[in-house]
Amino acid sequence: MISREQVEHVARLARLRFDEDELARLQPELGRIIEYVDQLSELDVSGLEPTSHAVPLNNVFRVDDPVPGLSQEEAVSNGPQVDKGQFVVPRMR
Amino acid sequence: MASLDVTGLSAHSCRELLAVGDVSAVELTQAYLDRISAVDGEVQAYLLVDGEGALAAAEAVDAKPKDKRLPWEGVPIGLKDVLCVKGMETTCASRILKGYRPPYDATAIAKLREAGLIFLGKLNMDEFAMGSSTENSAYQVTRNPWDLDRVPGGSSGGSAACVAAAEAPWALGSDTGGSIRQPASLCGVVGLKPTYGAVSRYGLVAFASSLDQIGPVTRDVTDAAALLDLVAGRDPRDATTTGLNEPVGVPGRADLKGLHFGIIKEYLGEASEPGVREVFSAAVATIEALGGKCEEVSLPSVERGVAAYYLIAPSEASSNLARFDGVRYGYRTEHSEDLYDMYVRTRSEGFGDEVKRRIMLGTYALSAGYYDAYYAQAQRTRTLIIQDFDQAFGKFDYLISPTSPTVAFKIGERTADPLAMYLSDLCTIPVNLAGLPGISLPAGHSDGLPVGLQIVGPHFSERGLLDAAYAVEQELKVDVVAPLGGAR
Repeated sequence: MISREQVEHVARLARLRFDEDELARLQPELGRIIEYVDQLSELDVSGLEPTSHAVPLNNVFRVDDPVPGLSQEEAVSNGPQVDKGQFVVPRMR
Repeated sequence: MASLDVTGLSAHSCRELLAVGDVSAVELTQAYLDRISAVDGEVQAYLLVDGEGALAAAEAVDAKPKDKRLPWEGVPIGLKDVLCVKGMETTCASRILKGYRPPYDATAIAKLREAGLIFLGKLNMDEFAMGSSTENSAYQVTRNPWDLDRVPGGSSGGSAACVAAAEAPWALGSDTGGSIRQPASLCGVVGLKPTYGAVSRYGLVAFASSLDQIGPVTRDVTDAAALLDLVAGRDPRDATTTGLNEPVGVPGRADLKGLHFGIIKEYLGEASEPGVREVFSAAVATIEALGGKCEEVSLPSVERGVAAYYLIAPSEASSNLARFDGVRYGYRTEHSEDLYDMYVRTRSEGFGDEVKRRIMLGTYALSAGYYDAYYAQAQRTRTLIIQDFDQAFGKFDYLISPTSPTVAFKIGERTADPLAMYLSDLCTIPVNLAGLPGISLPAGHSDGLPVGLQIVGPHFSERGLLDAAYAVEQELKVDVVAPLGGAR
């Protein structure tokens, strides 16, 4: 199970906020999913290496030749707030 | 030309029509745009139709002399909205990417552009490809062309519905846990998830990077092979690509003599509904009639696939989706007190419920104190699943199962229970975890709704896999165009 405090803690880590109604729904939903995935703890896989990629590849190199990338104009073209070719964000506290 | 009936056209028949000059690229494109106008009000497969751009591209093809054209030049295609197309709005069916116009093409898109294909528009999907019904789109609900009260499957539901409704001869989708094969099965079309690394993921908006693959949704196996050859290849911009060992070419196998098929035992019996089992048994009989040898095989670990997937995929997603912060693209909240508050409001307002659920799950699984119990345990289970497949492929050439345990379900039927929705991908998920190629073929119908046959091969076995699928397809002769009201 996952407690209300844990849900709120994870939400902070994920930069998400939920209102009371959402929390009331989310906590049991996550609880049920976690209960389901907990079945993996029954498996003894201690002797196995974890797989991060199913088709193993090591040391993939490419030629280090400079090629043109996006222009500054293109790179910022989708920014919600842009000034002088730069992204503008609210102040930090 | 009065009006070209596109409902009978595969992509390779479009190509033939263009080659003999029976039809111009503009006429062909216009015929698909007309078809979209006629039926998409009901089906709702397209998020965006770029009629103007498509016709301009078709005009450019017509202006070229025939002997200067590439083989597929002038053939239209629909694109899942998870693929970046330069200058064309790409939203992933999410509010958080509303208005985003990529400044570059995905590698797969650049290849299709180079080959001269005509982009009809962007297709609906579950938000960020998270879902099995396309109901998680922030914009619209796509309907199954076989029964408009039912879902098309997901997440590439728009791609599958559009091909089944003949709103494009073929389409591109993406598959992380079944997102090409399951909707292809539910809409009665062909869907192929290539081997991990066959197709570049550059410009595919990332969901779970170790599982995501781009692949074709088509009316027949011949088109699936052609579209795979068009988009596959090593790409310096995606270091995980290897491309295919050899082009697939045109499949043409007439029988299955000498091939050994393993029927995955864990997906038989109660795992699938009776109507699906019936169609699947008939498909097995067809494979045997073609000379293939079929035998049951047990892969015990596949039953843990869904559990492992719902730790691995959300973990990767929680990291990938951290980039949506209201700074560089897409949606930003109207009012915020400071930077942190802007992040939180933007993400909370911009993401839908399922995406938030998975970000929460993934963040939880990766957080301090839980990493070993959840994420690492899931990765070790993944190793176990790979070992089971390796062992099976020691004896069998291909493994078969139903693609989906059920036919298309009713719209709204599973939205209240996330876990029930996750189990829709029971048969497809382990294939992604092991990075294998898998195809869903229309195998027949149960109460008028399509049922798919999944065939899975070893890594990079696409050529043989599609050849075998072709033989089965020729024998099964399943009608792929949905009997959409009156339009036929």
